[in-house]
Amino acid sequence: MRNLRALAVKEFGKGIFRENPVFVIVLGLCPALAVSVSLENALGMGLAASFVLVSSNCLISGIRNIVPNRIRIPCFIVVIASFVTIVELLMAAFAPRLAEQLGIFVPLIVVNCIIMGRAEGFASKNRILPSILDGLGMGLGFTLALSTVAIIRELLGSGKILGFTIFEVYPPATIMILAPGALLTLGMLIGLINLITGKNKR
Amino acid sequence: MDLEIVLSIIIGMVFINNFVLSKFLGLCPFLGVSRQIKPAASMGLAVIFVMTLSGFITWFVYRFILVPLNLVYLRTIVFILVIASFVQLVEMIILKKSPPLYRALGIYLPLITTNCAVLGVTVLNINTFFVNGKPLPDSFALSLLQSFFAGIGFTLALLLMSGIRERLDLVDVPKALSGIPIAFIIASLMSLAFMGFNGFHF
Repeated sequence: MRNLRALAVKEFGKGIFRENPVFVIVLGLCPALAVSVSLENALGMGLAASFVLVSSNCLISGIRNIVPNRIRIPCFIVVIASFVTIVELLMAAFAPRLAEQLGIFVPLIVVNCIIMGRAEGFASKNRILPSILDGLGMGLGFTLALSTVAIIRELLGSGKILGFTIFEVYPPATIMILAPGALLTLGMLIGLINLITGKNKR
Repeated sequence: MDLEIVLSIIIGMVFINNFVLSKFLGLCPFLGVSRQIKPAASMGLAVIFVMTLSGFITWFVYRFILVPLNLVYLRTIVFILVIASFVQLVEMIILKKSPPLYRALGIYLPLITTNCAVLGVTVLNINTFFVNGKPLPDSFALSLLQSFFAGIGFTLALLLMSGIRERLDLVDVPKALSGIPIAFIIASLMSLAFMGFNGFHF
C-alpha cells in the first residue's frame, strides 16, 4: 500500500516541477506561447490539453499490448486526434467564446508534442493507473506553466488578471500581450528556473 | 484572381503573419534545428515541400470527401492522418530515388508530421477559403499559394535564427541563459523586428 502511494506521488508529482513539460523538457511550446495572452485562455487550453492527455494516456496504455510495434505511431495519432475532436466539439457547444479565442489552437492539440511524447515515452510502456497519474501530473504541469506565463503577460500587458483590473498607475506595456512579449517571458522564466535549480543544459 | 489578394497573402504569410514569429506555429523545429545553417536549410526545404503538398491534398479531401459526406467534424483526424501518411510516402520515395537527398532531409521528415505549422496551415486554408463548406472563388489556387508562402516564411525565420545562433556560439552568454532561454530572447527580438511589417497595406 505504501509502495502504491509512493508510486502515485512519484508519477503525479514529476510533471509539476522536476519534469515540467514546458519549462524543463521544453515541449508543447506553440500553444504555451500563443494562448497565454490571458489567464482565462491559458486555463481553458490547459484543461483541454489535460483532458486529452489523461484520456489518451489511459487508452494507449490499455491497448499497448494489442498494437503492433511498427504501426504504433499512427495508432497513437488516431487515438489522440479522436479525443481532440471530442474536445473541439464539446468546447464549441459549451464554451463557444473560449473556442473562438483559442481558434486554430484547439485542433492543434493533436500535434502538441507533450501528448505524443507521453504516449510514446510513458503510456506505451506502463500500466493504466500509472499512465493516468502521469497524464494528470503532466497536464497540471502544463496548465501551471501556461498560467504562469499568462499571469505575467496579462498583468504587465493590460494591468488585469482574469479581466479584473489590478493596477492602472502607468500605461500597460502592450508589447507583453503581443508576440515578442510571449517569447521574452518564456525565455526569462526558463532562465530563472535554470538559475534556481543550478542546472545548465550545455 | 486579384493581384491585390495574391500580394497580400504573400506578404502576410512571409512577413506580417509569419508562422513562427507571430503565430507561434512550428516552434519546436524552430528551436531544435536552428543550431547550424545547413540542417536548418534542409529542414526548411522539407517543410516547404510537405506544407505545399499537404495544402494541395487536404483541399481535395475536404472539398470532395468531407463536405459531400457531411463529415466536416472529422477534419482534424483526417488531416493529421493524411499528413502523416503523406510524409511517410515521401520518405519512402526519397529513400528509393535519391539517397543523398534522403541523407540530407531524412531525419527531418518524421519530425514534420508533428510540426504544428503543417497541420496549422491546412486548417487555416479551410477556415479562410471555405464558408459553410462552400469554397470561395479561386480557393484552390489561394490555398496552394498560402501553404507555399507559409513554408517560405517558416524557412526564412529558421535561416535567420540559425545564422544568429551560429555566431552566438562565440559569445559569452550568462550561464543560466545559455541554450534555450537565449534562443527565446533572440526570437523575441526577431519577432519585434517583424512587427515592423505590420503597417503594410494594399
